[in-house]
Parts: sequence; structure tokens; C-alpha cells
Amino acid sequence: MMQLKCPWCGLRDESEFVCGGTTHLIRPDLSVTDATWGEYLFFRDNPRGVHLERWRHAYGCGQWFNVARHTVTHEVLSVYAMTDPPPAHS
Amino acid sequence: MKYSALALLRGALSAHRNWVPAWRSPEPKPTYDVVIVGGGGHGLAAAYYLAKNHGVRNVALLERGWIGGGNTGRNTTIVRSNYLFPESARLYDFALKCYEGLSRELNFNIMLSQRGIVMLAHSRHDLDSMARWANAMRMNGIDAQILTRDEVAARAPLLDMSPDARFPVLGGFTQRRAGTARHDAVAWGYARAADARGVDIIQNCEVSGFLSGAGGRVVGVETSRGRIRAERIGIAAAGHSSVLAKLAGFRLPVVSYALQAMVTEPLKPALDTVVSSPGTGAYVSQSDKGEMVIGAGLDLFPSYAQRGSFAVLQGVIAATLALFPSFSRLRLLRQWAGIVDVVHDSSPIIGPTPVPGLYINCGWGTGGFKAIPAGGWTLAHVLATGRNHELAEPFQLERFITGRLIDEAAAAGIAH
Amino acid sequence: MASRRLPQPAGTWIDRSHPLSFTFNGRRLSGFRGDTLASALLANGVRLVGRSFKLHRPRGVWSCGVEEPSALVDIGQGARRTPNVRTTLLPLAEGLAAESVNCWPGVGFDVGALTGACAALLPAGFYYKTFKWPSWHWFEPAIRRMAGLGRAPTAPDADHYEEVAADTDVLVIGAGVAGLAAAAAAAGAGARTLLLASGAQVGGALSWGADPEVAALAASARQVGVRIQLRTSAFGIYDHNLVCAAESVSAEGAADLPGCVLRERLWKIRARAVITATGALERPLLFPDNDRPGVMLASAAHKYAQAFGVACGRRAVIAANCDDAYRLAAALAAAGVEVLAVVDRREGAAPIAGAAGLRVLTGATLTAVHGARSVRGCTVAPLGGGRGERLHCDLILNAGGCAPAVHLHSQAGGKLRWVAESAMFVPDGAAPGLTSVGACAGVLAHAPAVSHAAEVGEALARGGVPPQAPVGGAGRSDAITRVPGVRGKQFVDLQNDVLAEDVALAARENYRSVEHLKRYTTTGMGTDQGKTSNINALILMGEYTGQAPAQVGTTRFRPPFAPVTLGTIVGRRVGALYRPLKRLPAHDWHAAQGALFETFGDWCRPAAYPRTGETLDAAAQREAATVRKCAGLFDGSPLGKLEVYGPDAARFLDLMYVGTLSTLRIGQARYGVLLNENGTLVDDGIVARLSEQRFWVNTSTAGFERTAAAFEEWLQCEYVDFKVLITPVTSRWANVTVAGPRAWEWLAKLGFEAALTPGAMPHMSLRDSVWEGHPLRVLRASFSGELGYEVNLPADHAAALLARLWAQARELGATLYGIEALQVMRVEKGYIHIGTDTDGTTLPGDVGLARGVERKAGPFVGRRSLLRAAARDPGRLHLVGLVPLDGQTLLPVGGQIAPNPPPTLTEGHVTSSYLSPELGVPVALAMLKGGSQRTGEEVRVHHLGTIIAARVTQLPFVDPSGARVHG
Repeated sequence: MMQLKCPWCGLRDESEFVCGGTTHLIRPDLSVTDATWGEYLFFRDNPRGVHLERWRHAYGCGQWFNVARHTVTHEVLSVYAMTDPPPAHS
Repeated sequence: MKYSALALLRGALSAHRNWVPAWRSPEPKPTYDVVIVGGGGHGLAAAYYLAKNHGVRNVALLERGWIGGGNTGRNTTIVRSNYLFPESARLYDFALKCYEGLSRELNFNIMLSQRGIVMLAHSRHDLDSMARWANAMRMNGIDAQILTRDEVAARAPLLDMSPDARFPVLGGFTQRRAGTARHDAVAWGYARAADARGVDIIQNCEVSGFLSGAGGRVVGVETSRGRIRAERIGIAAAGHSSVLAKLAGFRLPVVSYALQAMVTEPLKPALDTVVSSPGTGAYVSQSDKGEMVIGAGLDLFPSYAQRGSFAVLQGVIAATLALFPSFSRLRLLRQWAGIVDVVHDSSPIIGPTPVPGLYINCGWGTGGFKAIPAGGWTLAHVLATGRNHELAEPFQLERFITGRLIDEAAAAGIAH
Repeated sequence: MASRRLPQPAGTWIDRSHPLSFTFNGRRLSGFRGDTLASALLANGVRLVGRSFKLHRPRGVWSCGVEEPSALVDIGQGARRTPNVRTTLLPLAEGLAAESVNCWPGVGFDVGALTGACAALLPAGFYYKTFKWPSWHWFEPAIRRMAGLGRAPTAPDADHYEEVAADTDVLVIGAGVAGLAAAAAAAGAGARTLLLASGAQVGGALSWGADPEVAALAASARQVGVRIQLRTSAFGIYDHNLVCAAESVSAEGAADLPGCVLRERLWKIRARAVITATGALERPLLFPDNDRPGVMLASAAHKYAQAFGVACGRRAVIAANCDDAYRLAAALAAAGVEVLAVVDRREGAAPIAGAAGLRVLTGATLTAVHGARSVRGCTVAPLGGGRGERLHCDLILNAGGCAPAVHLHSQAGGKLRWVAESAMFVPDGAAPGLTSVGACAGVLAHAPAVSHAAEVGEALARGGVPPQAPVGGAGRSDAITRVPGVRGKQFVDLQNDVLAEDVALAARENYRSVEHLKRYTTTGMGTDQGKTSNINALILMGEYTGQAPAQVGTTRFRPPFAPVTLGTIVGRRVGALYRPLKRLPAHDWHAAQGALFETFGDWCRPAAYPRTGETLDAAAQREAATVRKCAGLFDGSPLGKLEVYGPDAARFLDLMYVGTLSTLRIGQARYGVLLNENGTLVDDGIVARLSEQRFWVNTSTAGFERTAAAFEEWLQCEYVDFKVLITPVTSRWANVTVAGPRAWEWLAKLGFEAALTPGAMPHMSLRDSVWEGHPLRVLRASFSGELGYEVNLPADHAAALLARLWAQARELGATLYGIEALQVMRVEKGYIHIGTDTDGTTLPGDVGLARGVERKAGPFVGRRSLLRAAARDPGRLHLVGLVPLDGQTLLPVGGQIAPNPPPTLTEGHVTSSYLSPELGVPVALAMLKGGSQRTGEEVRVHHLGTIIAARVTQLPFVDPSGARVHG
């Protein structure tokens, strides 16, 4: 069971969090084609390596934050704010 | 060499020196007609059906580890075809019908045990959902039967049937033709039969890139055992589909998650059917060796680690004990996880990719084992003919653009 | 008797002043406190303990620990029955009742032994090659009955379990001398240190002989503050250095246990640094019939003699592949077991100076074991062939070499390397977060093990890099297993009856990778998890395929290190604590009124309030009829409630909902639906405006957490600049709903203020008010289709308001009503219930909400997906009403609509269905293909082989003008 360092509450067990999937997705507006909309909704990089994703401290403070985590080793490389730019990992 | 009781007898008399390799370990040739990437059940079945249905034998099946070592060797061995939509029903029941004749066809006992599956209803809303489910199956011509509470108790006496259980059992429904099959045997049976028809099974061969030709068409693969050329390539790599897609330059609507399963120590027979509880998320059966085989839902964050989180394991077992409180004193013997390729509507993707000549069979998520014959059959068809098999037609990549999803999980109802 | 109790001073772990009695297969025996069941059985001369899995061969105690493959028993009865218990680990308790497994009628005479007679027909994988005609089903029941070991309990577990979390700087797993040294050094350097010992003693092998060094080490460890946890066995290491361990708390199997005891405790330990000092197992040699009772691991005999005071036999022969065998021979002789010979398999080994008179044969091996139920002798011969000599021993000890217990290291992702000199795998450097010391690191010599362990403890305590392990001290062991060129079964895996020839067969058939080998032969898949067989299997496979053991490799080590009780893993999350039910604030009051409670999602709510002898359906009919005629009282507290507040609250809600909420006046309410990004309906509820910047948002009961979470996600991840706060208040406010033509009259009796009268307060409006000093938020809304008031008040006062209202009910002719009656009424009105009439494929246009979409000017969640062609497909399912043609037959929920009998494509299904008390006929809602164009059509509803004719109708069934709601 992983531990994540919630920026507000500190190091907590994975069971307190909910994973929200890939982060830094740019939501297109209504004018895009079905293909572009489908890409946004469904298509993902799904990397075998460093994944930039967002998590919520659902059973704690309820706040969202971003995480760079390796999907094979589960090593957490960094935790950063929702509005921060992506870190230079991988 | 044919497997039979007689052959066993001959073996007994010759200290079992009569047996021959189940498949060869050939060196890869520089060129094949078709290359299949992924040596799990779907890839092996596709190789077999290419040879058997289409006479295409100049085929290489490339597996980066040992065949059947991925999800095919990590599932809970359940086979069933209890699906809602006609498109899914046809696909999965085709697979189940193949399973019914597979031991004889492959001359390899896959130990298909059609002991039935019992889906539990824990509330009156569940009973209604199950009525819809059972009726939908019957309208698709698939066997389904509603069970009363007492009938459920008779099928699985160790279930907690007390009225004040946290998840009381109010009834359920069953598909009698459902059950289990030995997962390793399915992989090995297809491998042996494909090899016998001339397919080269190349293990310890990892694909590291795709070779491109005119018009962006795929013309081969780069592997850890050299370059192999082929004009038609099929990917059947489950949780690693996105990795291969990336090498070929496209994306998939797939996210890979760990799906855990576990067995207890072996016991004398105590559970003769497969029990599944959508309400708690747990499903349990007892293997022919006597182990209780338990599975549940995903570890809900992307992972290629093939190991699950302990917290999720606790949840799986808690769900199981809620159904079978007498299992509390049994012991966990082995636990493991596969990497499942999950797509939004929990339905597969079988057909062409954006790269000409490159085809894919993926997206089975948590339900790939029961579909191996159908996935292999339809992948072989599109590789051989360039056209989708009619069973696969609804399951194309483009449905994620058009929105024509076949959403089995959603149709099963969100909580109310 | 071959095995027997030795006199003192042997038996440092047993207390001879406390005899205990127990039964084995009904036979009454005795032992001492401190015995294990295995040591007590051996002390009583019991050699035949069980039968093997496949061939039902007689088996006895093989080891003295967790690696035991053979001596398994079932203990206890009923709710305390525990199957597959290792006798070698079970502490003896007064009144323990144990029975052999996998044998019938008994371990002495077992019908299953017939399979042993057919062993030649049952090589590895035999079942894949046959049983295909007529089908597997013919053979499966018999095979299943033959398989399995113990019998499962048939009653729920009587005992309970708990979970404890621990946080420490340094965790040391294993309390042998290396573990003690590491822990003492870590604590001495200032680290909080926790030490786990799997048994009841510390000191490992040195404690068997009550070595004073152990006591000294333990004392110094305690002195520097090491926390020692006994009977706690670490079974797994997980992400980010979580170590899980199982602690044995109560006396297993004792006859005098109270009704429910704390049986085991799960430890979840986070440590900055983990040190494993888990020791080494023994790797046995293979020779014909190496499974007979009386063939044991050499170290086991040593431990039984010293720690338990039990001689496992009178005359022993030691099959040796290591120098340690000689030290053992001397120790056994000193304990009173005669050693006839050390038969050293190593060719060219220099004979070790043993005790005077010890007979040593080098370059020799056992070629036969005599005695099926108990060893009576063996035959030894030189390796190259030659005359065999019969030795009249009754005990054969297997000293094949050392196998460091690298399981946790490997679980943590550590690599292994093969030490050819000693034929063993050792850790190749440290694993991430985990360092090995002592025998499990390959450091077998005493002094280097202790000093290295101390250095590691200190280094890790200071946050530094631990020094490399000085691997060595095991001496020479050859990578040998079986004896070639002799007849007889040589067992690799004892429990599953896997023979050396099965490994050869696997190689011959090309199941050559170590995983294929394991799955094909089932070696290592028994309850002992291959602890004394996995390495032999891979050495053998290497031999058959011309590979070194390192090339063959090992299978991946996974948790658990040893099997763990399911109840322990779950702890207290059983019964009522597994997904605890949520209760209404006035639950007890409802119970007192005779509520029939059911579970709706995670809530426990009244389905109805049946009178004596009334069925649920009849009660619902009566309640619904009374509400429509007069009035009814309903507890809607679980309905989701959120306060959405801030300068951007209105703008935000417009983005979330299909409808427009920003145009709500203060005090006005509107029904809203929520979609997901894929356009499907996920929730609905009434939204009311409390003030310019404050909204009162109702969600569905089941959708509340999901919707609140979705709002937060949009605010924090997408609309990050919006100034909006979401406060979930479901449990803060109770919802007492009064509905029916006399609803206002009822409230007025309690003094509800005039501003709330139907004339002053229109339908779909909200007013703040007060009742008896309690703040109220009164929403005039209706799911029943009658005049309705949802009175929200602080939850603590719900029961009081309910009671006061109920006291006036008789006078009005009013009733309590539950969920079922509410469902009846809402179906009469054609109101959808998300999740019942809709599923995850339903779009707003399917249920008559298309106009709301068209009228909405701006963007909202899901809008883009509704623009896809698939969303406008005329063949989509639409919500319709249905009535049975005969006016009598209740249409079954889940019934499928199709013109033809199966197999056929269907056109839809019935989603909700009730007898309408208002109309006196059954009414139903259904989703029907193209349904909005099919009013008046006749359709056929199929249900489990029956067909019911029905007609498509408009909705609602009752009060189409809505006069009752607006009155």
C-alpha cells in the first residue's frame, strides 16, 4: 500500500486517497470535432513509466493535487499543486 | 502425438519417455506472413485459428516472457456469457460454445467445468436488475434462470443466508453453462495445437519497435531476438497494449490497472458452483485442487506492477467474508495481480488500428479469459482476410469517437 | 517406539511441570507446555501423521517449522474448526483435538492409497492428457473429492481479529542472534526500533540449547529500548515499505477457550528502514522414497532434541551435502541419538574430523529407504554404483545444505545471485528499503553475522548506507539433488507428490521456464509454498536442460511468506462493521412505529410500516392511497444536501447542470439533472436559491457522495479560478416530508408560520422558517405528485418533529409512509428514478428532457457528447408508460419488450412497475425503442418464458394537469 504526501496533511496511506487519472488534460470547447472530443474523453498515453496523475485526499482534507508516479515501481517522484506546470521527470 | 488414456498407459510402461515437446522452441525466421505480438490466450488462439480456419501457417507468435505468463495465467478461471447487449452476448456465447468443444478439438483437457455461476441479489432492486439481466440473456437465446433464495442456499450452502446479514441473499440468477476452465491448459492447448500446424512460438522475444514501409504500412518488428518482417501484424498484449501502440505511433482508449486475485489453502470440496456478488464486488469458486479462488475489483490507479495494494486485498477478503463468514479461518496461500487493459465501456477492441497492416485485440479489461476463443477467432479473421468478422464489427476503435459504446457495466445499473 | 522423550536437560523450551493432554485421531496423548503438537506427537512415538495430496503416501513430521509440507492436521469443531494446521507451529494446548487430513477412513488405513498404486499412470499433468471423453464432467467430481487437504469449517468464525498500525524508524524481522544484534545497534544509535520474533522465544537456533549469549543479547537489546514483539510473523512487504505481520494472540485449539477470543492481530508497520534477519531454511537431498515417515530435515532433529527434548529416532543416518552435518552428528550423539553413519554425497570432500567412532562414507548416497509407514533402514552405496550396504536405522536426516530465506528481500524487489560454492541463492545487494543480515544474507558464520548485523543496524539508524554482507561460512554444498540411475520415487515436492521424474517430464515436454515447470508439475504450490522444494526443482530443471541454476532462475516471490488467516487480514471489518449501514437520525422512532427496514444503497430506511398481518405490498398500497386522499409523513433525511456558496456559485451551477440555475430568484427552486462528460444522466435533484450567492442543492440519496466529489473535482481541477465553496450537509439536516391534500393543515396544527401556506408559498419554492426555536428550510416540492412540504431541520430534532406531527395524524386520517409507497406514487406520476429507470447509457433526451437541453444557452458538463450523431439516433430507447392489456397483470420489472419470441433483438425493458391504488390497475414505466412515437401501440413483454400483452401510454398516469401539486 503506497503512501502519498498530501500537501496539506502530510504522509498518509493510499487508502485515504482516490486517484483521478491523468492530469494536465486540456478540455476542448464545444466547437471541436467528434474525433477531438473522443480523444479528450477516452484516449490516454497510459505510460509504462512516469505518469502525471491527480489524486484527491478523499478521506482527509478533500483537496486535489498532482503526482508524478512511476507505474511500475510505484515510486512517487513528486507531488505538486493542481495549478503548477508539469515537472521535468521522465 | 495424440494425448489419450492409451498414451498415458504407454507412458506408464516406458517411464514416460514416450512424450514429446508440447511445442517447439524454434529460432525466429527473418520473415513470416503474419506475426502476432503477445503469447497469452488471445494471441495463441489467434495463431491457432489462423492456421486452422484460414490455412495461414507461416505465422510467428512472439512472447516477451513465457507463454501464458500474463493475464492468462493470473485470472480466476471463470467462463460465462451472461451479458446484456446482443452484441456482447453473441461474442461471449460464441466463446463459451467454443470452450464446450475445445478439449476434444485441441486434444488437450482444458478441464472445462460447467458447474454454473450464481449471481447474488442482495436487495429488491438487485432482484429487479437480475430479472432484466436474465430476461435479456434469454432473449439472446442464452441460458439463464432466476433462483429463489432457497435455491441459492442449496447451490452454495456456506453462504450467509441469515436475514440480518449485512448483504442478505434475497435470490439470484444462474447461467448453468458457465463455470471454470484451467487457464494454463487453455494457453498450452492452443499453443500445442498451433505449433502442430506449423506456427512458430517464439518465447523470450520482446518487441521493441515496429518497422514502417510505404504509406506508413507496418512491415515488421524489431525484437530482442532480431528483426522479423511481416506484412500483417496482430497485437494481443492486454495490459501492455498501450506500450506497443506507442511504439507504433498511436494511442488507445486504454488505461492499465492491477487486478488482484488469490487462493486459499486446498480443502475438501465445499463449494460446487461459482458465486458472484455484484453488490460486494467479490466472486468465489473452488478449484479442482480444492483451493478457494477469490477475485474482486481493480486497484483503482494505473499500474503495470503486477502486484496489488494490500489495502485493496483487505477489501476483497472483507467482501468475501461478508458472503462466506465461515471462510474466516481459511488461510490465504497465494496472491497475485495481472495488468488489465480497461476501456470506458468494458467492451473489447478487435480490428484495424490507424497503422495499415497492424491489427489489435485488446480492451477486455477484467473479462478476457472467458472470451479467448472469440478474441482469437476474430483476430485471426481480420488478419487473414483484412475484414472484420461480423462478431467483431461492433467493437471497433471508432466507437470511442462516434459514442456508440457497448457499455455492459453501465447497463448493469448505477447504484440508486 | 522410534521417537521418544529425552530426559532433562534436553527440552529447554518445555515446562515438564505442566503436563497437557490432547487427542490425535481420537487417541488420548499427553505432552508438556511449550511443546508443539509435532514435538508432542514425536514424543509419543507417533510417526504416521498424514497422507500426501496425490498419492496418499504415509507421511510424518518432516521439519520443525513453517516449511512443513506433510504433518498437517485439522483441529477444533464447528465455528472453531481450523483446517490444514501445521503441527510444527501449533503450540500444544490442553484439550486440543487434532485429526489427520486427506485420508479416509483414517490415516492408518486410507482408501486413497489406491491412487498410490496407480502412480505410474499419474505423472505430472496426466489430467491434461486424458479425461476428454465423454467429458471432464464425468471425472471431475471424483477428482475433486480426492483433492484438497483439510475440511472447511461450516459455521461462521467464533473468534475475532484486530488490526494495529505501527510506525517506527527501524524494523527488524527475525530475532535470531543477527536480528538481536542489528536491533540493539539500531536502538543504541537512537532509532525507534521494533523487533519481530515469529515464535515465543528470541535467539533463533542458539536458543535451542539455552545459550547464554542469547540471554545477554536479548537483555542488551531491551536495555537500549528495543521493542520486542513475540509470536509475530512478517508475511509481506508492500509498496513504500509497508510490512504486514500476523501476531498469534490466543491459545489455538485449547478446549477451555471462552466463547469468542481475539485470535490473531494484523500488524501494519511503516518503517524508515527494514532489516530482515529471517535465517535460512534447509535444502534437502533427494533419494528414493525420501518421503517416508522417519525421513526428516537434519536441523529439525537437532531442534527437537535440544529445544523440545524429543529424540526423533534411536539410530540415525545422515545424508549430507554440507559440513554442518558433522556438527549435527555430534550434537545428536550427545543428546542420545545414535548416529550410524554420515553418508556424504559430495565427491572428493575431505572428511571432516567428526566425533570419535563416527562412521563417515564420502562420495556415497542412500539408494533405498526401507519401511513404508516408518523408516526401518536404508541402503547406501557409492555414487558411481557398486554394492549397497544395508544400515538398520530408524531415522534418516537430510542435511543437503543451506537455503537463505530471501523471500522478503525478493518481495521488496531485491535481486538474487547464486553462490556456486554453497549451492544457494543470496541477496545480491540490498533491496529498496530493505537490508538482509545473518543467514538470510548468506552470512553463515556466527561472528561475522553478528558484527555485520550490528554495523547495519547502526548505519540504518543514522540514515547511512549499510555495509555489504560478508557472504560465506556455509562451506561447500554441491548443486546436487537426485540420485541418478536408481529405481524408486525421489520426491521434489512432498505435499504435491512431485517427483524428480516429473521435472524430467516437464523438461522433455518443453515446460522449461521455471514458471511453466511450477504450473505443469505443481511443485511449490502446496501449503509449504515450496520452501524446501523450489530450489531443488530449479536445480533439477537446470540439470535436465544443461543450464546452471542461476540461468534457470527463480519464480517471483510474492506475499504471503507463509499462509495468513483471512480473518486476520480483515480484522474488525466483518459483520455490521463491513460497510456500516447509515441510519436515519430518528431511526429508533421509526422502529417504534413498526417500520419494516430495508437496505437502500448504504442506508437503512423504512420500506413501509405494515400493520399486523399486512404484507409489504399491501402496506405500500394503503400508505399511497392515504397520502393521495389525505396526507402522509415520510423521512427523507438521506436525500443528499449541499450548500454551494460564493460569488461564482450561480455560474458554476450553470456549468454543472443541464438546466439554468443562475436565473433562480431568491426562494425559488428548480429541478436539475446532472450528466457526466459522456452525456449520460448521473444524478438529479432540486436546486433552490437561498441568497444571491448561496444555493441549496439536493442530490439523490445514492448519488450524493459522487456528485459532491464531482463538483469538487470541477472546481479544483478545471475551474480553478472560480470562487465557490461546497459544503456537504446531508447529515446536518434531517428532512421531514409531509405530503397530501391536507399536508398544510397538518403543519398548521403545529404552528408552522403563515408565510408557508400554499397560497403564500408556490410549488418549487424554499423558505427559511422557525419551529419551536429550531431553524427550518422548508422546500415546497413533490415526488409523490401531491401538495408536498420537505421540512429540513437540524437532525437532532427530527424525532421530536416526527413525534409531534404523528400525534396529530389520527385526527387527520394521515399515515406514515415508506420508500415503497413513494415509489408507487412517483411511478403513477411518471417521475424517473435515476439508476432504476435510467442506466449509464441513458441520455436526457431519452427521458423527455431534450427541451431542457435545447433551451440552455451555455455550456454544461456533457453537452458536447450530446452533439454526437449517436445521441440523436431515432432508434434510441425512450421512457414510456405501459399498462397491461388485461388491466390486471402486474408487468414484471426487467421484462423485455419484443414482438417475437427469443432468440430475437429486443426493443426495450420494463423499469418500474406497481399496482396503482389511484387507478386500480397496474402501471409501469419502460424504456422502449422509439417510444416517443409509439403511444397507443400494443407490445409484448417477455418474462422468463411468459408473455404479457401491454399498451404504450402517455405519462403521467395520475393528475396530468398537475393540479394537486400546485394547489
